[in-house]
Amino acid sequence: MDPLVIGHRKFGSRLIMGTGGASGLAVLERALVASGTELTTVAMRRLDAGGGPGVLALLERLGIEVLPNTAGCRTAAEAVHTARMAREALETDLVKLEVVHDERTLLPDPIELLDAAEQLVDDGFTVLPYTNDDPVLAAKLADTGCAAVMPLGAPIGTGLGIRNPHNIEMITSAASVPVVLDAGIGTASEAAQAMELGCDAVLLATAVTRASDPEAMAHAMRLGVEAGRLARGAGRIPRRHWAQASSPSVE
Amino acid sequence: MTTVWLNDESREVPVGTTLAALMAEHGVPERGVAVALDGAVVPRASWATVRLLEGARLEVLTAVQGG
Repeated sequence: MDPLVIGHRKFGSRLIMGTGGASGLAVLERALVASGTELTTVAMRRLDAGGGPGVLALLERLGIEVLPNTAGCRTAAEAVHTARMAREALETDLVKLEVVHDERTLLPDPIELLDAAEQLVDDGFTVLPYTNDDPVLAAKLADTGCAAVMPLGAPIGTGLGIRNPHNIEMITSAASVPVVLDAGIGTASEAAQAMELGCDAVLLATAVTRASDPEAMAHAMRLGVEAGRLARGAGRIPRRHWAQASSPSVE
Repeated sequence: MTTVWLNDESREVPVGTTLAALMAEHGVPERGVAVALDGAVVPRASWATVRLLEGARLEVLTAVQGG
């Protein structure tokens, strides 16, 4: 497959993984390997909060680039601070910018998000904002200099798939930067659908880490993303109202 | 002694203690962590020269599974 280009980086895999929700590092490792991912998110938390740096060592060993997120931030100021801490700790300019409004929906706060994106772009970050499935906001984020836009398919962790495919298609058809479908994916057909809608990549975590068999689901997601990408490029047939015979007529 | 706050827990340290000394005392790893002093990121290269003042608020973050 042709590489995914984000900023000055190229990735052979179009599946970006998250590490949240995995029951242990061994399970996570098998899932990451099966997914074929080359870019994977981590969260930033207090050192004494438990968990330790085990996940970093794992990603390093697997040769997977780390994508720190700003999960848990509610304001632009918090997100900018967390991004700067992540840059210092992980020595990367990449950041998955997440500024959510409330715990119940975990939906992005568009006003704080755009503010934070502007500040981080100015500060030299390669910014990948997790955004609503709003074509206007996505265009504004791209205009500020974000390296990609990452609209949600459905709220984080819901596994509801792509609730507004038309909006996603409007975002991909107008996008000046890569579009990554982020959040809401529940199963492989939905990852394929994201790619068929013109997304450049898919980011998911829960659908794999909380599946009964994370390794198998990771493999399925990898194939789904690849299948969707190929189908998008192959040019699907137009939808027709009436049947059209695919065998020659009897005459 | 000087009172400083490490991730919201108070610590008594000798006057003039450096950030590097406090981090070493608490076994903070060499890599994968970042420290903010009173809300501003302190680059690792500066840890050895930053001396902690009374009431300093330190935040130490690392990467964990998430996202």
